[in-house]
Amino acid sequence: MNTAIIATLLLVLLGLAYQTGWSRSRRLAPAGETKLHSRPVYHGALAAIWTLVPALLIFALWALFGETASRAYLLAQLPPDVLALGSAELESTLRRIRQIESGFGVVGDALPWENQAAQALREFSTLTYAAVIAAAAGTGALALWLANRRISLRLRARNEVERVVSAAMITCSVVAILTTAGIVASLLFEALRFFSFVSPIDFFFGTVWNPGFSTTGQGAAGEYGLLPLLWGTLMVASIAILVALPIGLMTAIYLTQYASQRTRSTVKPVIEILAGIPTIVYGFFALVTVGPFLAGVGDTLGIDIRATSALTAGIVMGIMIIPFISSLSDDIIRQVPRAMRDGSLGLGATQSETIKRVILPAALPGIVGAFLLAVSRAIGETMIVVLAAGNSPFLRLNPGEPVSTVTVTIVNQLTGDTDFASPQSLVAFALGLTLFIMTLILNVAALYIVRRYREQYE
Amino acid sequence: MNENTQLEAREMHMPTEKIVARSDLYEMESSTVRTPDAEQRPVRVTARNVSVFYGPKQSLFDVSIDIPEKAVTAFIGPSGCGKSTFLRCFNRMNDTIEGCRVTGKISLDGGDIYDPALDVVELRARVGMVFQKPNPFPKSIYENVAYGPRIHGLARSKADMDAIVESSLQKASLWNEVKDRLHEPGTGLSGGQQQRLCIARAIAVSPEVILMDEPCSALDPIATARIEELIDELKQNYTIVIVTHSMQQAARVSQRTAFFHLGNLVEEGPTDLIFTSPGEKRTQDYITGRYG
Ligand SMILES: Nc1ncnc2c1ncn2[C@@H]1O[C@H](COP(=O)(O)OP(=O)(O)OP(=O)(O)O)[C@@H](O)[C@H]1O
Ligand SMILES: [Mg+2]
Repeated sequence: MNTAIIATLLLVLLGLAYQTGWSRSRRLAPAGETKLHSRPVYHGALAAIWTLVPALLIFALWALFGETASRAYLLAQLPPDVLALGSAELESTLRRIRQIESGFGVVGDALPWENQAAQALREFSTLTYAAVIAAAAGTGALALWLANRRISLRLRARNEVERVVSAAMITCSVVAILTTAGIVASLLFEALRFFSFVSPIDFFFGTVWNPGFSTTGQGAAGEYGLLPLLWGTLMVASIAILVALPIGLMTAIYLTQYASQRTRSTVKPVIEILAGIPTIVYGFFALVTVGPFLAGVGDTLGIDIRATSALTAGIVMGIMIIPFISSLSDDIIRQVPRAMRDGSLGLGATQSETIKRVILPAALPGIVGAFLLAVSRAIGETMIVVLAAGNSPFLRLNPGEPVSTVTVTIVNQLTGDTDFASPQSLVAFALGLTLFIMTLILNVAALYIVRRYREQYE
Repeated sequence: MNENTQLEAREMHMPTEKIVARSDLYEMESSTVRTPDAEQRPVRVTARNVSVFYGPKQSLFDVSIDIPEKAVTAFIGPSGCGKSTFLRCFNRMNDTIEGCRVTGKISLDGGDIYDPALDVVELRARVGMVFQKPNPFPKSIYENVAYGPRIHGLARSKADMDAIVESSLQKASLWNEVKDRLHEPGTGLSGGQQQRLCIARAIAVSPEVILMDEPCSALDPIATARIEELIDELKQNYTIVIVTHSMQQAARVSQRTAFFHLGNLVEEGPTDLIFTSPGEKRTQDYITGRYG
């Protein structure tokens, strides 16, 4: 109900403001006689902005501080002996009172002083609510009046609306940037806590991963060498790229250079279905189909390939990345001007000579960019490896053996009972940070290369 | 095909072909009185009843024409009349356009170029093409010119290749401007230089016929004049077909002119005749700028 009332109020203010702004500016300039600087729609929009922004600000303040205020009021209502309780008990009392107030009821009988406090809280809430609505409506009305007074022939409503719009856009992008910064900061902060237990040198250059179990107060038990995990990650990602790059690239070349329009319009969506499959499903596929199949192949050949291994995870991950590479390369190859292709064909080159000597070299920077993006995707992929890589954090060369990766280890360290003060779980943040920096570098490199390539042809 | 068989083919086929061509022309233009062609050159390329369809839409209707050897033939006509479409038939570049279909017969030295047994790649080496917009590859100047010879294996050694590159650039009158920067990118040249580079690139595979689709339309008047001079020199050795929107250019560089309108060949003849006393009202109107 609360939100409905607020929304109605805001809508009414909006409609009213827009309408008055619009009609007032219309009246100033009867058709064809004098000229308004801005069309009435802009005056309407400007008035609406002027009215809504202060009202919204009041609601925002309420959302930010309302809770604190009501808590302070409630504390003031409690008898002194309750206030003297420990913080945990006090919190549960407060929760009880709020439940009585909202009418949900509580376990056991409500004590008289609890009922009293709840009653007082209820009155306080109703009062503040009414006050906030009144304040918002009042400020809105005042702002509307001011906005209306400003309307004149020469008021540059159009330019002002433009400024407000651009400010709104900037705010949105700032939100996105701040979120990223926030994520990095929290990662960094927790990672630093981890490094207070384990030295960065042991972490980055250690070759043994054996974190032990988290028992509070035990300190830095276990070994936290990153290298086995990094090695596993790189091995799985390389296998994935070895699978995905040739297949994806050939697909893109076929689709852009050889396929007829009809083939293209059926093949492309089918390939893109691959991109829509949830990674956990790829995980099943690896575990149930590819793993046993590879193990069987290994048996026939006399090689020891385990069902869950770097190979299984890498191949399935490669399949997952195919559409990624093929659609990116498709776009890039398509951007090579047709004139290049015609020039080569016109000299008597065959289709494949043209592709090899003209189209691919011209598209190469873009393809490298696509490749780097795919690598960063492979490094960050989690589900397939969790299910199919075998989770065995040892430095091993043979891709037929199980491995563990950075992402899998993060999952392991953060699932189950976690105590966020122990290095066993804090290490997840250090791992996350490592992963983040790796993919960041790859993405920046990819973007840089792709951008340079764009400049070449436009 | 080597020199001998080419010559044989010409001797064997040309006389009959020529008779057909003449009678065709006279049938087509029976209403107009024509003075005979001043320069009787052997015919290199003949097209008979060529029609082109893009999907279901027909864009060229039953065009027949003879292209004389070592001369410049100009195609003129309003935009969209099918000049480029027809030009692309001669080296089968239409094959690369999806949904494009060509009917009729085109022969080069008497051999049908749409014969399924014919190797398109070889044909395109014999019939080179220069496009409307200069389209050098994003490679060095040297590599641009060496591209064709390399593909066709025309050079045995590095020295051979150097010689081909130099002579091609010289024939395209670009050598003096680029001889000190052969290994800089071809895309770094000026528009006119790029177009001459593209001509050099086409010449490097020693084609017999060179097709040029509005080769000067992206160039300024000075660069245009250079290219026109070049075309004039090239016609000593090559058979040239050029599409142009400029009447002056057609009049300056060509010996024969063909006027197209709405996918039809309206008339064709010696350039001076077409420009001084065209046989058709449509031609007259176009040349004098009444439409186009
Ligand atoms: N790739 C294509 N697909 C479909 N239709 C085409 C294609 N190329 C040309 N056409 C059509 O064929 C007709 C002739 O086009 P063409 O390019 O040969 O004209 P043009 O005489 O060269 O014109 P311009 O002087 O503008 O270059 C036009 O109606 C055009 O729309
Ligand atoms: Mg054209």
